[in-house]
Amino acid sequence: MSNLSLVITAIAGLSAAIAGCALPAKTRVHAAVAFTWGACIAALVGSLTVLHTGHAMVLNSSRILPLTGVTMVLDPLGAVFVVVTAVVAIASTLYWLGYASHGLSTRTASAALPIFVTSMLLVPAAGSVATFLWLWELMALSSLLLVLVDQRRREETRSAAQWYAVMTHVGASAILFALVMLSAHAGNQTFAAIRIHAVHLPAAVRNTAFLLALVGFGSKAGAVPLHVWLPKAHPEAPSPASALMSGAMVNLGIYGIVLVGDRLLGGGPAWWWLTVTAVGVVSALFGALHAATSTDLKRLLAYSTADNMGLVLIGVGASGLFATTGHPAIAAIAMVSALLLTVNHAAFKGSLFLSAGSVQVATGSRDLDGMGGLLRRMPITGAVFLVGGLAIAALPPLNGFVGEWLLFQSLLHGLPTSSTAVAIAVPVGVAALALTGGLTAAAFVKAIGVGFLGRPRSEGAATAHEVPRTMQLGAALLAGACVVLGVVPMIVLPALERATAAAVPGAPAHSLRSSVELRLAGLQGVLAPALLAAGLALAFIAVIAIRRLAQRRSHLRLALRRAEPWGCGRELQTARMQYTATSFAEPLQQVFDDVLRPDRDLNVSHLAESRYYTEKIAYRTSIGDVVEHNVYRPMIGAVNAWGQWARGLQNGSVHRYLAYGLVVLVVILAVIV
Amino acid sequence: MNGIGGVIAAVLVAGAQIAAVAVGGPLLVGVMRKVRCHIEGRVGPPIHQPLRDLRKLFSKQCMRPDQASWVFGVGPVVLVATAVLIAAISPLATTHPPLGQTADFFAIVFVLLLGSVALALAALDTGTPFGGMGSSRAMTIGALAEPALLVAILAMSIPAHTSNLPALVRIGLAHPQLIASPERFLALGSFLVVILAESGRLPVDNPSTHLELTMIHEAMVLEYAGPDLGLVILGESMRLALLLGLLVNLLAPWGIADRAGAAALVIGLGALVGKVVVAGIVIATFEVFTAKLRLFRLPELLAGAFVLAVVGAFTALVVR
Repeated sequence: MSNLSLVITAIAGLSAAIAGCALPAKTRVHAAVAFTWGACIAALVGSLTVLHTGHAMVLNSSRILPLTGVTMVLDPLGAVFVVVTAVVAIASTLYWLGYASHGLSTRTASAALPIFVTSMLLVPAAGSVATFLWLWELMALSSLLLVLVDQRRREETRSAAQWYAVMTHVGASAILFALVMLSAHAGNQTFAAIRIHAVHLPAAVRNTAFLLALVGFGSKAGAVPLHVWLPKAHPEAPSPASALMSGAMVNLGIYGIVLVGDRLLGGGPAWWWLTVTAVGVVSALFGALHAATSTDLKRLLAYSTADNMGLVLIGVGASGLFATTGHPAIAAIAMVSALLLTVNHAAFKGSLFLSAGSVQVATGSRDLDGMGGLLRRMPITGAVFLVGGLAIAALPPLNGFVGEWLLFQSLLHGLPTSSTAVAIAVPVGVAALALTGGLTAAAFVKAIGVGFLGRPRSEGAATAHEVPRTMQLGAALLAGACVVLGVVPMIVLPALERATAAAVPGAPAHSLRSSVELRLAGLQGVLAPALLAAGLALAFIAVIAIRRLAQRRSHLRLALRRAEPWGCGRELQTARMQYTATSFAEPLQQVFDDVLRPDRDLNVSHLAESRYYTEKIAYRTSIGDVVEHNVYRPMIGAVNAWGQWARGLQNGSVHRYLAYGLVVLVVILAVIV
Repeated sequence: MNGIGGVIAAVLVAGAQIAAVAVGGPLLVGVMRKVRCHIEGRVGPPIHQPLRDLRKLFSKQCMRPDQASWVFGVGPVVLVATAVLIAAISPLATTHPPLGQTADFFAIVFVLLLGSVALALAALDTGTPFGGMGSSRAMTIGALAEPALLVAILAMSIPAHTSNLPALVRIGLAHPQLIASPERFLALGSFLVVILAESGRLPVDNPSTHLELTMIHEAMVLEYAGPDLGLVILGESMRLALLLGLLVNLLAPWGIADRAGAAALVIGLGALVGKVVVAGIVIATFEVFTAKLRLFRLPELLAGAFVLAVVGAFTALVVR
C-alpha cells in the first residue's frame, strides 16, 4: 500500500507517453495531459503522506532493470521536491492544453513532455545509484527533445540544444563518477549503504566525490560558471517546457547537492560549504546583473533563475557551515530558508515563464523593446506577470520576501557564533543578497513596466489579444500560489522542517515556531506575514477612503479626466520616445561596465559635402556572456583546432594506414615485452 | 494589556504615530525649506505651506494620461499605504508599538521598497520619456543603495542579536554604551547616506529642481496632478519623516516612551518631533553647502556607504 503511489506515478506517466505517441492529433494532447495529471496526483498523494508521517516510502524490485534492479526510497527531503515538481507540472500541462496549437502537439513533444514530468517526479525518490542515474538521464534526454521542438524553424534552437546537451552530459558524467566512486567504496550501490560507509572513507575520496557532485549538480542548477546553457535553452524551449525546466528541473540540482553533501557524506569540512556559498554569491550576482540588463523577456527570466539558485546555494552553504561549526539549530534555519526559496522560486518562475509564453504567443516576439501596454490588452496575463514579478523582487506580502527574510535571519544569527572564515563569508553573503535584491527589483520593474505598461512599441504589441483560458488559468494557478505562500507560509513550513531534519544531521525537530507569526525557536526573530499583509490591505483601503472623502468635500466634484500626457510640454509624443528595456538598463550597464563588457558599435556617416554634417548615426549594443566568451569559446576553439590537426592523420592513403597498423603493433609488442 | 482594552490602546498608539508622521512629514519639509531659505537670505514660504499645498491638490480634479492603466492610479496609493503601515508599527514615539514584534528592520526595508517599486512602475505607465528616465534612475540608485542598507542593518543587529526594530531601540535605551560603539556610528553613517539617496535629497537628487535632464524623482512624478500628486507628495514627505525618525531613535533613543500610558506617549511624541526637526535642520543646512553629484558619480558615494557598513559589521564582530 505504502509504495503504491510510486507505481501508479510510473504507470500513469508511461501511459501518458504512449498516448501522446500513439493517439491521433486531435485527442493526443488531452489524453497525455490527463495521464500526466494522474501521475502528478499519485506522486502528490504519496509525497504528502511521507511528509505527514515522516516515514520514508520504499519500493524494491529486482525485475525491472537488469543487473541492478530498482530501489526507490522517498524520504521527506525528496518528497518536498516531488510536491514542487507535481504542482508546477499540473499548472504547466494545463497551460499546454491551450498552447498545443503553437507547435507543441507533435508526437515527439506529446511523448517527451510526460516522460520529462514523470522522470522529474521519480528522481527524488531514487534510492540507489543506478536508479538515480537512469532517471536522471531520462530527464536530461526528454528535456533535450523538448528544447529541440522548434528546431526546423529556428537556427538558434539547434545551437541552444547543442549547448544544453553538452553541458547536461558533462554534468551527468561528473555525477556518475562521484556516485560510482562512493558506491565502489561502499561495496553496495544503495544510498543507505553508501551513507553508512561514507564516514570511514578517506578524506581524498570524500573531497573528490563532493567536488564532482558540486560540478555535476551545479551545472543542472545553473550555477555560474556552469550556467551557459540556461540563457540559451530556457528561451528556446516552448514555454510550458521552460516553466518545467526552470520551476522544477533546476531544483533537482539543489536536491543533488544536498543529497550528496548532507545525506550521503553527512556533511564535511568548512571549505566545502564556503565553496558552495561562494558559488552561490557569484551566481546570484551574475544572474541578477544579466537579468537587469537583458532585453529578451525569456532570457531575462533564465538569468534570474541562475540568480535565485545562487541564493538557494547561499542558504545550503550557510547551513553546511553552521552545521560544521556546531550550531545545528541555525543550520536548520538556513536549510529551511534554502528549501523555502526553492519552493517560492518554482511558484513565481513557473507563473512568469508561462505568462511570458502567453506574451510570445500574443505578440509573436520575446523582445521587450517592442512591447508595451500589454496590461490593457491582456489583463489576466498582465496581472499574473505583475504578481510573479513583484514576488520575485521579494516584496511583501508575496512569497519571495519570506524566504529572503529567513535567509537573512539565519545569516545574522549564525554570524556571532562562528569562526573567522564564516565571519568574512557572512557579511559578503548579506551584501550579495542585498545587491541581488536591488538588481532583481530593477530587472522586474523593467520587465513589467516596459512590457506591460506604457504604450505599445510595435504592431504586434498593439494588436495583441488575450490567450485561451487554459493558458491564463495555468499561469494564474502558480501566481495564486505566490500569494498564498506569501501570506501564510506556515502551511509549508512543517513539511520543510521535516525535510530539513532528514538533511541536516542533529537538526532540532522544530527550528521555527509558527502560528500566525513565524518565530525562530530560541532566537529573537519574528515575522508575521499575514499581519503585514492585513496591515497593508487596511492601509490601502484607508488611503483610498480618505482620498474619496477629500474629493467629496471638494466643491468642484469633478469626474476623472483623461488627457494627453504633459511630458514637459512636448508637442509631439510618440511611442518610440518612451524608454525601452535597453535604455532602462543603461545606467546599470554603465555602472557595471567592467563586469558586463558590453559590445558597442557606433557608426557615424557624414554628408559628402562636408564632414561637419552627419548624415546618419548607427548605434548597436549587445551584452554577451563574459563567461561564455572568455572560458567556453577558447575551450571550444582549442578542441576544434585539435580536431583539425587530427584530421591530418587521415588522408585516404592506404600506405599510410598500413604504416599506422605497423606502428601500433610494434608499440603494443614493446609494451607487452 | 490584552483584550479589548489592549486593542483600543494599540489602535490609539498606531493612530497617534500615523497622525504624527502624516502631519509632521509635510511640516518637516516646510521646516527644511525655511531653514534653507533663511541661510540663503530669503524669507521663504511659511512652514505649513506644504500642508496648504496638499489641501489645494486634494480638492482638484483628478487627471490622468489617456494611455495609462490602473497601475498609474494605484502607485501613489501603495506609496502612502506602505508609509502608513510603517508609521503604525515602527518604534517612533514608543518602544512598544502595535505589532512591534513583527517590525523587523529587514521587513520595513522591503515594505519601503514596495512603495518605491509601485511608483517606478506608475512612472513607466505614463508612456512618456521622462517617466522612464526617472524610473530607470531611481531603480539604479535603489539597487546600489540596498547593499549598504542591509549590511548596516546587519552591523547594528549583531551586538543586539536581533534585527527587530523596537528591540534595537530598547537595547539602546538600556545599554547606552552600545550606541557609543563604533559599529553603531559606522552603520548609522551608512544609513544616513542611504536615507539621502532614497528620499531624493542632495547630493543625490535636488528636490527643488525642475531641470528636465537632471531630475530623478521629479521626472517620475511629472505626469501626476491633483489628488494623485497630493498622495505622491504626502507619501514622499512621510517616508522622509519615517526614515529620519528611525535614524534619530537608533542614534539617540532618549525621550521615547518605554512604558504604556498617555503621558509617556505624549512625551515620546514631543521628543520624536524635537529630534526629527533637529535632524531636518542639520540636513537642510548641509544641503545649502552641497552641490548635486553627477549621476555616474553616485555609485562612488553609495559604495562609500557600503564600505562604512562593512567596516561596521566587522567591528561588531571584533568588539563583541
